[in-house]
Amino acid sequence: MSETQPATQTNQPALRTAEVTRHYAMGEATIRAVDGVTLEIARGEFVALLGTSGSGKSTLLNLLAGLDRPTGGSILAHGINLAEMSGDELAKYRSLTVGMVFQSFNLLPRMTLEENVELPLRLAEVERDDRPGRVQEALKRVGLAARLSHRPAELSGGEQQRASLARALVNRPTILLADEPTGNLDSRTGEEIMNFIQQFNQELGMTVIMVTHEPDLAERYAARQFHMKDGKLVSNGGVQ
Amino acid sequence: MKTRDLMELAGRNLREAMLRNSLTTLGIAVGVASLVAMLSLGIGLQKLAMSRLEGTGLFNRVYVSPRPLGGSLNGRGGGGRRARAADGDGQTPGLPPQLQPPMKPLTSEVRKQLAQMPNVRSVFPELRFTADLRYGGTGHVTTASSVPFDSKDTGQFDSVTGQFFSSANANEVILHNDLAQELADDAKIQPKDLIGQEITIRYPERVAVPTPPNQRPQDLVANGEFGQGFTIHSAEVKVKVVGLVGGESAGPGGFGGSRVMLPLELVERLNAVQGFDVRQVVANPGETVYPTLTMLVDNPNHVQAVEDAVKQMGFGAFSLFDAAKNLQRFFKVLDAFLGIFGSLALVVASLGIVNTLVMAILERRHEIGVLKALGAADRDVRQLFFTEAGVMGLFGGALGVFLGWSIGKIIGAATNYYLAQQNLPPEKVWLVPLWLVGASILFSVGVSLVAGLYPASRAAKLDPVKALRYE
Repeated sequence: MSETQPATQTNQPALRTAEVTRHYAMGEATIRAVDGVTLEIARGEFVALLGTSGSGKSTLLNLLAGLDRPTGGSILAHGINLAEMSGDELAKYRSLTVGMVFQSFNLLPRMTLEENVELPLRLAEVERDDRPGRVQEALKRVGLAARLSHRPAELSGGEQQRASLARALVNRPTILLADEPTGNLDSRTGEEIMNFIQQFNQELGMTVIMVTHEPDLAERYAARQFHMKDGKLVSNGGVQ
Repeated sequence: MKTRDLMELAGRNLREAMLRNSLTTLGIAVGVASLVAMLSLGIGLQKLAMSRLEGTGLFNRVYVSPRPLGGSLNGRGGGGRRARAADGDGQTPGLPPQLQPPMKPLTSEVRKQLAQMPNVRSVFPELRFTADLRYGGTGHVTTASSVPFDSKDTGQFDSVTGQFFSSANANEVILHNDLAQELADDAKIQPKDLIGQEITIRYPERVAVPTPPNQRPQDLVANGEFGQGFTIHSAEVKVKVVGLVGGESAGPGGFGGSRVMLPLELVERLNAVQGFDVRQVVANPGETVYPTLTMLVDNPNHVQAVEDAVKQMGFGAFSLFDAAKNLQRFFKVLDAFLGIFGSLALVVASLGIVNTLVMAILERRHEIGVLKALGAADRDVRQLFFTEAGVMGLFGGALGVFLGWSIGKIIGAATNYYLAQQNLPPEKVWLVPLWLVGASILFSVGVSLVAGLYPASRAAKLDPVKALRYE
């Protein structure tokens, strides 16, 4: 793996899916978690993916993140089809093009904040000398520069999610995928997190796709909303 | 992921489950210890047996005899060939002397050439002559033979009562116990009291007939003027008895049935009449020609190569190497069996690695999901588990070698205690060569990596979406 971004086509949207499906076999039955979704997200856009539990929004987010492969259709990130990527290429895409934030933070509990944020740099084989500066910069951006040596358990939920944001942006990706980022937080802390995400979108030009089941949040922060139901896109993201 | 990062993450993971990983590593250590213990015993026994054989002087010698020019290479000669050669004959039986094929003689020049060959410690003739020994009383006629000074290190004289010659040409003698008993009986003393005493040896001295001025012996032969040669005088020399040897080592390659042993250079200086002198007078006047030469090789493993090289030079060569080779083959089989039994414990220990790592996958399933979400490729996850297995193998191997070495020390001490109880000298039945240390650790790492194959592959194939959902 190298630090360089994979070859992208600059005139292409950040993400575009065409009739993408993700089916699971469960015994005799087939679960259509994502069923023929077609959407397009421009570079630097902030979009929200809404839907009830089991509507397929997280599955679609995992497909966009390159964590899962579609059963059919195509997903183009900056014009490159994820379905045609090898395992290593997909890992490189997850490492350099996208950053992920989860509802449950997913920080590794035995590592300090510094080590947690350094982890994507290790996986991307960034030079050791460059790492402390990058970690410091990312943690400073979320206001945690003084908590380098703390472990996740020593932080509040909001601080953990901020650390998780720092980890998501340390490799300077162009797309931020957030899966219910405020789901485990109180409203005030949630708003604080959303402000950081908005800041990344506006100041760093990151494309943000946020999965949420809170329409208020979507309305306040997202430029467009996609609604999903039973694996299908029921509203294709009208501009707010 | 870079190797250093891989090592750091693997080290961190191993430390986090310290007790479990330590127990697994200990299991590997016990396996390696059993392997090292078994093989060290085999190697030690082999070394002991080979050193005993080398001590007889039988297995590290090549006997060289002249061979008819243009004769066929008929392989290793048997005892008969050597017996003929030792008579100073080397002739084809049944043929009158004038019809004997010309021989390639073993001259002093050939002796030098042979001595310069690789792995050859020394080359010496076996000189024998009839001697009459006197210590006060009547004479005892017997055969005296030469002993090269190098024999000191071969173990052949390890059992000598007294000591070996002080130098290569000292006026000293080592006597066989039987003869020492006879001499001691005459003087009414104990045989061991002979050590340090001076005895007289009478022997037939060869005195060359003076060559006419300005003529070489070869010229005389060429001109048909036979009659050059030597006369035999009775001479005597006083020598000090330095040691006594028992009968065990007597025989071919040992002391050759001789009861009086003198330093080779002393015997050469004495110019005693040899059995082959008569032939030499007519065949090679004026030149030193040996009926046979014995080559002392540094290690029985090199005997075959030296023997083959001597045959290439056109001489007959003979050794008891085959017997040594069979013995080595036996020890190779023994080592293989010991190695297999020793490895069994390591194989069982490797199942511990599989178990530990499979447990680790279950425990770290969520973490693997996070790693993959952050950009870890399947290869990174596989390498991480592989490294953890390898590190356990490395530490287990190193600890195992130490344990095996310690067990060996204890067995060695116990064996020597038992031998001491039986009034036997201590023996080193235990040997851990450096290559075994290295090979055992490498083997341990290798077995651990093989054991890590399945868990590493299973961890690498984990579906990140499912792994992230797992709490």
